[in-house]
Amino acid sequence: MNDIFIIGAGQTPVAEHWDRGLRELGATAIRKAMADAGVETVDALFVGNMLGGAVNGQENLGALLADAADLLPAEAWKVEAACASGGAAVRAAAMSVAAGIHQVVVAIGIEKMTDAVGDKVAAGLATASDGDYEASHGLSFVALSALMMRRYMHEMSVSREDFAPFAVNAHKNAALNANAMFREPISAETFARSPLVAAPIGVLDAAPVCDGAAAVVICSREFLRGHHRPVRIAAAAGATDTIGLAGRPDLLTLGVAKVSAEKAYAASGFGPKDIDFFEAHDAFTIITAMSLEACGFAPRGEALKRAAHGCFGTGGCVPVSTFGGLKARGHPVGASGAYQIVEATTQLRGEAGPNQVPGARVALTQSIGGHGSIAVAHILEA
Amino acid sequence: MDLPRYHRLTAPYYRLEGQRCAVCGAVQFPPRSACGACRGLDLGIHRFSGRGTVFSYAEVAQAPKGFSGPYMVALVELEEGVRVTAQLTDVEPEDVEIGMPVEMVTRRIQEKGPQGYLVYGYKFRPVLEVRKAS
Amino acid sequence: MRPNREVGIAGYGAYVPRLRVRTADISNAWRSRSAAAPAVAEKSVPGPDEDVVTMAIEAARTALDRAGTDLDDIGAVWVGTESKPYAVKPSATIVAEALGITPHVVAADMEFACKAGSEAMQAAVAFVGSGMVEAALAIGMDTAQSKPGDALEYTAGCGGAAYLFCDASKAIAVVEASISHVTDTPDFFRREAAHYPEHGSRFTGEPSYFRHTLAASRKLLAEVGFEAKDFAHAVFHQPVPKFVEKAAAELGFSREQYKTGLVAPRMGNAYAGSSLLGLAAVLDVAKPGQRIFFCSYGSGAGSDAFCFRVTERIDERRRGATVLNYLDRRRVVDGYGQYLRLRGKIRRA
Repeated sequence: MNDIFIIGAGQTPVAEHWDRGLRELGATAIRKAMADAGVETVDALFVGNMLGGAVNGQENLGALLADAADLLPAEAWKVEAACASGGAAVRAAAMSVAAGIHQVVVAIGIEKMTDAVGDKVAAGLATASDGDYEASHGLSFVALSALMMRRYMHEMSVSREDFAPFAVNAHKNAALNANAMFREPISAETFARSPLVAAPIGVLDAAPVCDGAAAVVICSREFLRGHHRPVRIAAAAGATDTIGLAGRPDLLTLGVAKVSAEKAYAASGFGPKDIDFFEAHDAFTIITAMSLEACGFAPRGEALKRAAHGCFGTGGCVPVSTFGGLKARGHPVGASGAYQIVEATTQLRGEAGPNQVPGARVALTQSIGGHGSIAVAHILEA
Repeated sequence: MDLPRYHRLTAPYYRLEGQRCAVCGAVQFPPRSACGACRGLDLGIHRFSGRGTVFSYAEVAQAPKGFSGPYMVALVELEEGVRVTAQLTDVEPEDVEIGMPVEMVTRRIQEKGPQGYLVYGYKFRPVLEVRKAS
Repeated sequence: MRPNREVGIAGYGAYVPRLRVRTADISNAWRSRSAAAPAVAEKSVPGPDEDVVTMAIEAARTALDRAGTDLDDIGAVWVGTESKPYAVKPSATIVAEALGITPHVVAADMEFACKAGSEAMQAAVAFVGSGMVEAALAIGMDTAQSKPGDALEYTAGCGGAAYLFCDASKAIAVVEASISHVTDTPDFFRREAAHYPEHGSRFTGEPSYFRHTLAASRKLLAEVGFEAKDFAHAVFHQPVPKFVEKAAAELGFSREQYKTGLVAPRMGNAYAGSSLLGLAAVLDVAKPGQRIFFCSYGSGAGSDAFCFRVTERIDERRRGATVLNYLDRRRVVDGYGQYLRLRGKIRRA
């Protein structure tokens, strides 16, 4: 992927936006990103979103947001990859520029989960799993993560409490992020004592229901101007794995994370040692642990040990979730992948303020859908 | 009502029917268009015995709509080597452990409301203790 | 009645759910502490994912496994019950699909209160006996409802059994004769829109249960030319243990003869499954050459009486769970409230 640059980034806070719908959230994020890039128009819009149909009764988000953000008659369509929709939208946008089809485009990840109350959101999330062999058997989204966590604990001889560093780190960073949903740090004791939603998964292992939109403007080298603060997309790659957990050859290897990261490493020339920080898909602490192992930051089964030594926290070898991650900044599902890109861009521009990773030059972001059935990884370079 | 969808799943749901590849002998569940091992297209019906062990488990405290909770779910490793996700039944949560032997039973999986239709399918329970009558 | 060719039981299977409710917990909710003890100490309760269909499938699977019959030879399946999951939509087709015996089967649900199961047995005997099919499956299974606080709530249990009938040459127990004795006697009934049944109190005794059971039994004994002492076992429908004791005494059967088939004390009255479960309990221990006397009763009203003769094949076919295995598998629910929730008598709005 030569010569693809991010020149604008914009986001809304992650929160329960009772007073704002898809149109308002989308237009806000798109305009902020375009203002940051100094552009009035774009050639195309790529919308990452998962629950528009299931929760908001609204599909056709390409048209909806192009209309709401005054981008008509630009090409626009929705990209869906479950919780990786945001990452996939960025990937699709970058592809169109890399292919020379467009010069400057916007990619947005957006989700408006609070439009439905009751169990509609859970039902919507379940559509990411295997509908015929998981969801229809009553396997809730959380239960599927719990199955992975229970087996991991059994094979690696670790306890629930050993996952605390990921949650503690995420909340610590979110406390410094004005756009984050959760602003209070937590302690390892609080984590250990938190009520269980699907044993062994506790309330503090899982990301909340929330709303948000994050957008980036992507352009070709020819489009760059002096006033831009570009961040290069060094590589982007996607991967898939079995739709259901039952089909995984090794339940504890996150194949999509491994393959997408390996492809991105190969395409960019960067390896795990070159990564200055990692925006992981930390929807559940078990996914964080398995992502770290899959992307080469810890051998199989060792992620928790390294986490206990502070390897993945502030000042560690590979800081993770530098703005709070999905865990504490929040996980408006289809939007999260785009939040990761916006945050990584901010870091690489040196504009992260109290969340800044000193000297950050190369970042890995990874957006995962289902329970590791789909993933999109990006490597960004300052 | 999405009953056409469930009707299509009768064989795997009621009889735990998957496939056996005539070319390489691999068995698979659920049924697919081709053999997952060798990509062969000559597939016959294979009814799994239903016997297996618990590979991992979890409790669903808040059941989704149409399900009556709380209940246990598991990844069951069938004796043929294939894994299946399903609910566990006839067992107390504290008695479930990785490795415990289970067997397939056909139970109500969903009730689409008191006036709605019923989805039947496989669940797994601890193997019923059988002792010959003296 | 005798069919054109002799038929018998190829295989049988039982089912009783795991959960139990103590009738003392029911009594404590409604009656004074000094009230008489209920007729049975506990009764079986279906789990939240169980119903007549799921129970019938398990019993039938055991029956088919014991019989070893070719699936293609099974030409009919009837489910006799008064607690069908669907008022309109046959349970029998779901059972047939689960067993893998569709599509060339006669299938239907039958209703005759507590004798719907033996009704299915009569039909199975006829279809096989006439040569129309090689094997036919008769199932009696119930999870019948009872009004909260009503007398029946103390005894209405659930469970039942399945019987695969075949040519006598392959049977573990041959049917020597059967009779059916019915009249229009409305001792217990349920209107279509009603959730709970009505029963006629003392009218359900002498004019109903006893009149039909005794008449049918005597007619059968006359038909086969045997006396009570010629039978090793006697099985009756079991609304309460006392009714069985009284009917048996009237007919000259001793406690030794009816005790094996009397399952109600441990699980309550399984309605259409009751007498079939009693028969299964007997078959679990019966010896070749023994004769088994069977008489069901269903409100409305009528009785089916059968005379069976056990063959040498019985020992080799008795693998799998016995009635006692199911009765011994028990977990008591945590009080009357849990029971009400499990039975859907209280629901979330």
